[in-house]
Amino acid sequence: MSKNTVSNRFRTVDVDEYDENKFVDEEDGGENQLGPDEAEVDSLIRQGNLMEALQAVLKNPPINTKNQNVKDCAEGLVLKVLSAFKSSDVDKGVQSLDKNGVDLLMKYIYKGFETPSDNSSAVLLQWHEKALSAGGLGCIVRVLTARKTV
Amino acid sequence: MAYHSFLLEPISCHSWNKDRTQIALCPNNHDVHIYKKDGTKWIKIHELKEHNGQVTGIDWAPESNRIVTCGTDRNAYVWSLKGEVWKPTLVILRINRAARCVSWSPKENKFAVGSGSRLISICYFEQENDWWVCKHIKKPIRSTVLSLDWHPNNVLLAAGSCDFKCRVFSAYIKEVEEKPGPTVWGSKMPFGEVLFESGPSGVSGGAGDGAGGGWVHGVCFSHSGNRLAWTSHDSTVAIAEGGKTSTISSLSSETLPLLCVSFITENSLVAAGHDCYPVLFVYDGTKGSVTFGGKLDVPKQTSQRGISARERFQNLDRRATSSETTEQGLESLHKNSISQISVLEGGKSKCSTFCTTGMDGGMVTWDVKSLESALKDLKILFLCSQSLKSALKDLEIV
Repeated sequence: MSKNTVSNRFRTVDVDEYDENKFVDEEDGGENQLGPDEAEVDSLIRQGNLMEALQAVLKNPPINTKNQNVKDCAEGLVLKVLSAFKSSDVDKGVQSLDKNGVDLLMKYIYKGFETPSDNSSAVLLQWHEKALSAGGLGCIVRVLTARKTV
Repeated sequence: MAYHSFLLEPISCHSWNKDRTQIALCPNNHDVHIYKKDGTKWIKIHELKEHNGQVTGIDWAPESNRIVTCGTDRNAYVWSLKGEVWKPTLVILRINRAARCVSWSPKENKFAVGSGSRLISICYFEQENDWWVCKHIKKPIRSTVLSLDWHPNNVLLAAGSCDFKCRVFSAYIKEVEEKPGPTVWGSKMPFGEVLFESGPSGVSGGAGDGAGGGWVHGVCFSHSGNRLAWTSHDSTVAIAEGGKTSTISSLSSETLPLLCVSFITENSLVAAGHDCYPVLFVYDGTKGSVTFGGKLDVPKQTSQRGISARERFQNLDRRATSSETTEQGLESLHKNSISQISVLEGGKSKCSTFCTTGMDGGMVTWDVKSLESALKDLKILFLCSQSLKSALKDLEIV
């Protein structure tokens, strides 16, 4: 056996970085995206106007920004709104969204699945079921194929 | 709708001859098999063995009766029928990755090959050297070219690629043709010029998640060449109309991604993919919108028989629902993804029959007229009856 089989540091080399034809995504200017307005959404939740809160929280999604904080903030906010809904109102909430809204909601739902907290998964699964019946499998495919996620 | 099961393995690609009596297909290996229709049966009459890798594209030129095949062995062969035997001629494509798709131009004096080398090879025959020569279109393609379709003027070529874009290139070869006249896509067409490039997902601004899109699996020009449709892996289908405005209308569908698409009239297209059934889309030129026309695989309604208590509990156990349908598999004719659609009769302007092949090794020929009457029976599908009627009017059925 030759000597250089001892070390296996080569396994951690990212060969794609050395590929001169590597595909690089087009960088869209995303510095101005701040995510949904926290104050507005909070006030709407306190007022009990959950439909409006849902619409508000799905505005300005921080898709192009590289700032992870903004993304985490937005995700937390969306989760707050989704948990505030009563089970029976989830369906109405989903119906009030247009196609793009359902796609965006599905993105947030999957993002939420990634970091589960206390009761989040149960709530998200309820929303997932309703969003799936509204958006179909295509909606989930769009979440999976999106290059820039929420 | 006749379903014929050719193989147990996927049909990688297929192509029909001019009078639709013979079909050349690749049974997921290095060969091409040609079957001839004999009554209701299909008999294998030829086996074309030359490739060293899986054959990924076959195109049969109707007028000159030549077959071009391309494969993962980075080669393409042009086959000519000499007597009773098909004789291959190697075409050097100068690519260093697999070839993915091939298509004869409308006048059959050249063909285009899309490959994983991030380029398109346009090949034409040079009389002096008695040899097929190829020219490359490289910029600005950044990933594998998955699908190709020629414009009726023999010069423009649409290419769908894995870099999420659909483009129209000029493949003008001065050695074999005259300078083309202007079209809606542009008037200056030097070789390799990009006349159209789709934006990230075609929807301008609308969706916040507009960036990215998905791999463009299938592209198709309409019969006139003024419209271009493509399907993408993010379950969208989009249509662009050539011209100064070059508007793109797209529809995010609720189905799994569609792999192939073809215009059947100037306003409607048929697409099929991972959902195993063909789907109709209708395009409204005035509003610039694409709408879902309906599922084209309408299974016969089986009688609803009563479900026993035992079955109910079994369903609950197995599938968490005590629903009454006890179908075990797919209701569609194809049992696996459909990978290719080809128009059989009527051309792209007034298609009356088209054929689909898929990963289940089966081929189905669809009759548009009988599909239309089946659709009429199901009242549920009259979501967009207005646009459906206008689409069917083109076919002079309604």
